[in-house]
Amino acid sequence: MSLLEMRGITKRFHGVTALSDVNLTVNSGEIHAVVGENGAGKSTLMKVLSGVFPHGEYEGEIRFEGQERQFRGIHDSERTGIIIIHQELALVPMLSIAENIFLGNEPTVPGTFGSVIDWFAAHAKTRELLRKVGLKEQSGTLITDIGVGKQQLVEIAKALSKEVKLLILDEPTASLNETDSDALLALLLELKAHGIACILISHKLNEIAKVADAITVIRDGSTVRSFDCRNAAVGEDEVIQAMVGRKMEDRYPKRTPQIGETVFEIEDWRVHHPEHAERLVIKGVNLQARRGEIVGIAGLMGAGRTELAMSVFGRSYGRAISGRVRLHGREVDTSTVEKAIRHGIAYVTEDRKGHGLVLEDDIRRNITLANLAGVSSAAVIDEGREYAVATDYRGKLRIRCASVFQPVVNLSGGNQQKVVLAKWLFVEPEVLILDEPTRGIDVGAKFEIYGLMAELAAAGKCVVMISSEMPELLGMCDRIYVMNEGRFVAEFPGHEATQEKIMRSIVSAGTGARAAA
Amino acid sequence: MTESTGSFLKHNLREYGMLISLVVIMGFFQVMTDGTLLEPLNLTNLVLQNSYIVIMALGMLLVIVAGHIDLSVGSVVGFVGALAAVLMVEYGWHFVPATIACLLAGAAIGAAQGWFVAFFRIPSFIVTLAGMLVFRGLSLALLQGQSVGPFPSAFQLLSSGFIPDVLSGESLRTTSMLLGLGAAVALVAAKLRERANQARHHMDSEPMPFFIGKILVFVALIVAFSWKLASYKGLPNVLIVMALLMLLYDFVTTRTTIGRRVYALGGNEKAARLSGVKTQWLSFWTFVNMGVLAAVAGLVFAARLNTATPKAGLGFELDVIAACFIGGASASGGVGKVLGAVIGAFVMGVMNNGMSILGIGIDYQQVIKGLVLLAAVFVDVYNKRKS
Repeated sequence: MSLLEMRGITKRFHGVTALSDVNLTVNSGEIHAVVGENGAGKSTLMKVLSGVFPHGEYEGEIRFEGQERQFRGIHDSERTGIIIIHQELALVPMLSIAENIFLGNEPTVPGTFGSVIDWFAAHAKTRELLRKVGLKEQSGTLITDIGVGKQQLVEIAKALSKEVKLLILDEPTASLNETDSDALLALLLELKAHGIACILISHKLNEIAKVADAITVIRDGSTVRSFDCRNAAVGEDEVIQAMVGRKMEDRYPKRTPQIGETVFEIEDWRVHHPEHAERLVIKGVNLQARRGEIVGIAGLMGAGRTELAMSVFGRSYGRAISGRVRLHGREVDTSTVEKAIRHGIAYVTEDRKGHGLVLEDDIRRNITLANLAGVSSAAVIDEGREYAVATDYRGKLRIRCASVFQPVVNLSGGNQQKVVLAKWLFVEPEVLILDEPTRGIDVGAKFEIYGLMAELAAAGKCVVMISSEMPELLGMCDRIYVMNEGRFVAEFPGHEATQEKIMRSIVSAGTGARAAA
Repeated sequence: MTESTGSFLKHNLREYGMLISLVVIMGFFQVMTDGTLLEPLNLTNLVLQNSYIVIMALGMLLVIVAGHIDLSVGSVVGFVGALAAVLMVEYGWHFVPATIACLLAGAAIGAAQGWFVAFFRIPSFIVTLAGMLVFRGLSLALLQGQSVGPFPSAFQLLSSGFIPDVLSGESLRTTSMLLGLGAAVALVAAKLRERANQARHHMDSEPMPFFIGKILVFVALIVAFSWKLASYKGLPNVLIVMALLMLLYDFVTTRTTIGRRVYALGGNEKAARLSGVKTQWLSFWTFVNMGVLAAVAGLVFAARLNTATPKAGLGFELDVIAACFIGGASASGGVGKVLGAVIGAFVMGVMNNGMSILGIGIDYQQVIKGLVLLAAVFVDVYNKRKS
């Protein structure tokens, strides 16, 4: 029996059609994956379903539990049991888990006309909910004190407190490490066993393969294909093909690496935690990267990869930093970002929106920010030159936009990432450190970014790539370092590395034995 | 590929919305006051009365764009006025060293506050709230609760002087008129150069009819304005000071790397820092700059009153901050224009002046000003949400 049927949904924004005649059917007790490139219309569809766009702002019909529903707002959809958990979590950091779960829905002491909160009941219920989602935390713990993975579980507990029938998760594992992701997926399966259906929006096809009963692919605002995964496993390539509308012969660009002399070296790098000064976060790391080489750094979330990169790049992380950075054998001073840039080091952050872009500013201003000297003379910006530079990168990187005067906030994730890359390419670095360069961007943009990395390496630059997605490390890198708990625990040539070897070196390092390369 | 004039107008209405509002408000009071508002004498007064607010709005805009606020400027105006009075009247200093000392004092005040904000990350609201109390108290202490004056006449010329009329004119101050015409010519030249540069790099520029129309309007405004003033006593000295500062700050914010970096700092401090912007020093310098401009305003105000009083500058910070927000600056930083803040200051000024002429009491003047501030920001936010 179908729990949810969305039929012929069409949604327009100022004449632009975001969704056209989309159909989606979710059966009761199934996990239904919705996939598509960024900007395909997945989020818009979910906003229609959850009442963010109220009835009347779209065309088409929504039937839930056999009845036609006309939601006027998110309250209506929640009352019928449809609950959406957004990618950016909506928790209040300085309130406790219990306070967050019952925010706006607090149990009250009887006889007080719903004005006095019954904290005893709230905490008791919270404990029960936390047990259900498998989260071992006190109900009074503040949200800010727990990791993103656990916060995600709190969101699900909050949904359970509202008697959810259909749970919508938008990219729930985008910022989770593998362990947390697995725990979350296991929880979804358990909820399914209790009869709760789920719509899962994700870019991670391997995760979808693990849990989904059905897959709907959306491309350019229309449903292009539906797969039933219950009987036979659906091939990843088939899904990708449906998503991008073309065959993905090769997910990584072909390259013949021409590796030269050692250019970039980090020696005995040690970094202490910025707040807990006694804690050593990076424990003596040595890294070499050669001309024309793509070097990968693998590891779990929290292994210290971002901390390593940021501490090297102008001491942007940590304190009491020691060690040496060498370029072409000569020690260089990278103690401020400005100096690091001047020596030809660039760092593309993993946190595009938080650390990479000035969101309200336009594409042009974002591209030139790290190298204003390149478009100015005597501190006066030549707007014409700046425009020419920005337009040039827009073409080279195929940034999809109306013009370079468009604010980056309106771009899709993939195009935003290209703007960040353009900014750092304009610095003309010798060493480019990329931190999770393809996180949260669609397959097409991923391929373009891989191509760009290959081009840079071919042009004789050093590329250092930090990634949590092992397939892309294996597909792109000439050499892979494995990092765990602040140390490099293994090093593999690209052609010898496998996912198993990398995982094994992480796990065995954790138990004390250091894996040999 | 140029857009049609119509669709271009629609897209850029917001840009010129504030200017249009100012013109509408002026038109309204011009009619209501039976033409008193734009009489040469009143127009001169309007400039003199608002000069110190405009001067401080230039610095405040940078502070707000950088993501901070400065509540102390009113007190700094009072303190610097008091300092000037003590140095010139009680100690008999010549006005040149006294002026330099006052500007340095302003810089030092800005530096002290900026130090706490930039390097110790204490919210600027708190630091400058403390500064507001401290410098109000210090001006009381300096003047020992008395008014001190009058100032040497050379110093008074800063506010009450007009540029000398070398080419004598009976009913019209020819020098002033020529200066106004010169400014108009310079504007046309600058705009034409900008357009040529745009064309050279194949940038989209405004449609030709709009471009010509805009320039004609601005030239007409400048010429009419200087003609009005020239038919009274000529251009006030302080107008020249104000105009030069305006041009300087507009240039710095729109065309230079340092201006660009201030916007990036306010837009996303972390991204700016990771792009090599020295964010802490930049915050620090915006406060030093604000301190100096508050000192300039303090001197102008003291020279205008020809006496330093302990209450000088009381509440100025509110007018200055309101001017920036009316002019389109964003309270969360990263957004705002120098010319917007100047227009915002004149919106407030014209309303003060017009309502006083109409005889509206100080009580309802405040109510109306408050509502106008709210309405301006509301329209701005509403437009943004709609687009």
